[in-house]
Amino acid sequence: MQKTLNELKPGEKGIIKKILGKGLVKRKLMEMGVTSGVEVLMRKAAPLGDPIEVNIRGYELAFRRADAKKILVE
Amino acid sequence: MSLKFALVGNPNSGKTCLFNELTGSTQYVGNWPGVTVEKKEGRVKKLKEDVKIVDLPGIYSLSPYSLEEVIARDYLLDEKPDVIINIVDATNLERNLYLTTQLMEFGLPMVVALNMMDEIEAKGDRIDIQALEQTMGIAFVPTVATKGKGINELIQKALQVAKAASAGTLIKPPSPAIFTEMIEKCIEETEKILTSQIKGADFNSRWMVLKLLESDEKVIARINASEALLEAIKPYRERLEKEYDNDVESILADERYRYISQVVSRTVKRKRPSDSMTVSDKIDLIVTNRFLAIPLFFAIMYIVFKLTFGTVGTFAVEYIEVFFSETVVGQLSAWLEAAGAADWLQSLIVDGIVGGVGSVLIYIPQIIILFFFLAILEDSGYMARAAFIMDYFFRKLGLSGKSFIPMLLGFGCSVPAVMATRTLEDEKDRRLTIILTPFMSCGAKLPVYALFAAAFFVAKQSRVVFSIYLLGILVAIFSGFLLKKTVFKGESSPFVMELPPYRVPTFKNLMIHMWDRSKDFITKAGTVIFAAAVLIWFLQSFNFSFQMVEDPAGSILGVIGKAIAPIFAPLGFGDWRAAVAILSGLLAKEVVVATFGILLAVGEVAEGSMELIAALQTYFTPLKAYAFMAFTLLYMPCIAAFGAIKREMNSWKWALFAVGYQTLMAWLVAFLIFQVGSILGFS
Repeated sequence: MQKTLNELKPGEKGIIKKILGKGLVKRKLMEMGVTSGVEVLMRKAAPLGDPIEVNIRGYELAFRRADAKKILVE
Repeated sequence: MSLKFALVGNPNSGKTCLFNELTGSTQYVGNWPGVTVEKKEGRVKKLKEDVKIVDLPGIYSLSPYSLEEVIARDYLLDEKPDVIINIVDATNLERNLYLTTQLMEFGLPMVVALNMMDEIEAKGDRIDIQALEQTMGIAFVPTVATKGKGINELIQKALQVAKAASAGTLIKPPSPAIFTEMIEKCIEETEKILTSQIKGADFNSRWMVLKLLESDEKVIARINASEALLEAIKPYRERLEKEYDNDVESILADERYRYISQVVSRTVKRKRPSDSMTVSDKIDLIVTNRFLAIPLFFAIMYIVFKLTFGTVGTFAVEYIEVFFSETVVGQLSAWLEAAGAADWLQSLIVDGIVGGVGSVLIYIPQIIILFFFLAILEDSGYMARAAFIMDYFFRKLGLSGKSFIPMLLGFGCSVPAVMATRTLEDEKDRRLTIILTPFMSCGAKLPVYALFAAAFFVAKQSRVVFSIYLLGILVAIFSGFLLKKTVFKGESSPFVMELPPYRVPTFKNLMIHMWDRSKDFITKAGTVIFAAAVLIWFLQSFNFSFQMVEDPAGSILGVIGKAIAPIFAPLGFGDWRAAVAILSGLLAKEVVVATFGILLAVGEVAEGSMELIAALQTYFTPLKAYAFMAFTLLYMPCIAAFGAIKREMNSWKWALFAVGYQTLMAWLVAFLIFQVGSILGFS
């Protein structure tokens, strides 16, 4: 089932399918290892609900929900 | 033989630590070619060969999006170091190797330092180094930079590679099969076009070809690529984009990571899955907890301030002050008297130099303590969490949580803080952060508050000083909103940030970090402040016909001060001495105190700052003192910080806008404090 990274709950895992859109944030995310086929684990949200922290390629990465909405996972 | 090695690696890979291990105390700071940006260089210690190491900024990739990345890649292209030493965090191999795959394309000799091997062993993981070397075709040397392990092996390996390269015996490994056949075909064709079109240029670097395929604007500008050339490359780019249904940059990033995943899965055996809970994650459960995070954040800030400006700091300051006022001045006066020195010379040395420099020097312990705590926050990994927690707020100001780090550093010194904005990817972000950072009260302003707080707010010193710091933050927030609505309209900036694992900072690194920054203050006390003290002493001792005057009001300084004093009258401090102090503060903010020391306590600075405090009380009231403190907090930063702002903005217009805005805000805020305060009946 297709959903976005933003919809994962803390502790849930997903496989990255595709990052939609283009621009700075997308390139930055890809450089940091958010590329298709990689497993990602939702860790948690920041105290105010945004940004979020995920575990990817063995390290912790933080970015915003608005950008997580553009990342398709399964 | 003289050699040049470049140290490249991700942030948090232990790069600075490795650099310090390699160079010992022989490092020095220079400037980058082209842009005037600081770089660290040093000679490798205990080596018969003359090897220079250049520490490049910590980067994740060689894309053109942040200034640090541009600095690093320009260095590699322009300076062609003899060897690239790529430091890689072994506990975070996949992401670190991404940069490695890009560095390999420069075609320069390269050695990888596989750092933090102690943590790999502690976790019970295994890395097959031989297999790594064979698949990737480059040398890997295991190191533990924090403990100095593997450093010798690393430098010997790098030397061996450098010698082989200069002798022409270095066997260039075939490029590892990172990309698919189709991409390779496109690279090959593009390279052919390039070599046929532009002669003499160095296109032996595969990296350049790939950047052209990605249509990297900086590389296009660099080689002055013609329209025709770009047209000739275009079909290849389009072919790739059509085939993969993505842009070239994304395709290449995807392919690099695909390759790296394969390499890592073949060479690394993990005892536990990489996403299992570590100690660091457990700490994070508390530190970034929904309910605890924000109270904890404020508690940490409060403790840092309490220790710096409360107990520990004050004790150290008092201790040094006694040393100065009694031992130094007493001995010096007696000695000068005995030597029969002329009156003016005694006045110059005791009032001018010792009085001026001394009144600043006594605050150095507090500044060192503040830097010590900032170093702990940075080295432990807490700073990144603070950025993570604060992003939500910063977004409202049109900034990202990343701006938090330069701003926090601003409490130490605006110069490194302004330079720290280089990690921000967005130009607008950088500019706004640079404008706001000096509102974070720097360490040099501390002596001013400490003096005034001791003179006017004896019972509540630390609360008054804390309120000034808070005022700076509030003005920054207000300015963020204001400038965001007017000058910096547009989308809010991106936030993509690594949260590095918590690490216990090593004592050695903390000391180096703290010393690096504190020494600027000490050098300043010996240079700028020394010169300023002599100058101010001269200007207040002589009149325009260069005759020594009894009453400083008739001196050169007195005349200048009186001319500009009316500007400050509505703020409550229209006295010429205050005007002169403010002007002199542009040299360095601590000089404000030195100026008062010279102007108010003439001949009696020898008795220590108690005399100065008594003298101040005749010119200021608590309300006027508070307005003066607020003005000192906000107005144009010192010349050194202005220089940093000008460099980082890379534009006179923006730099002048920044300091003009800051000074205007200072005037308005001090005006409000004094006028509203007067109406409310404060004095």
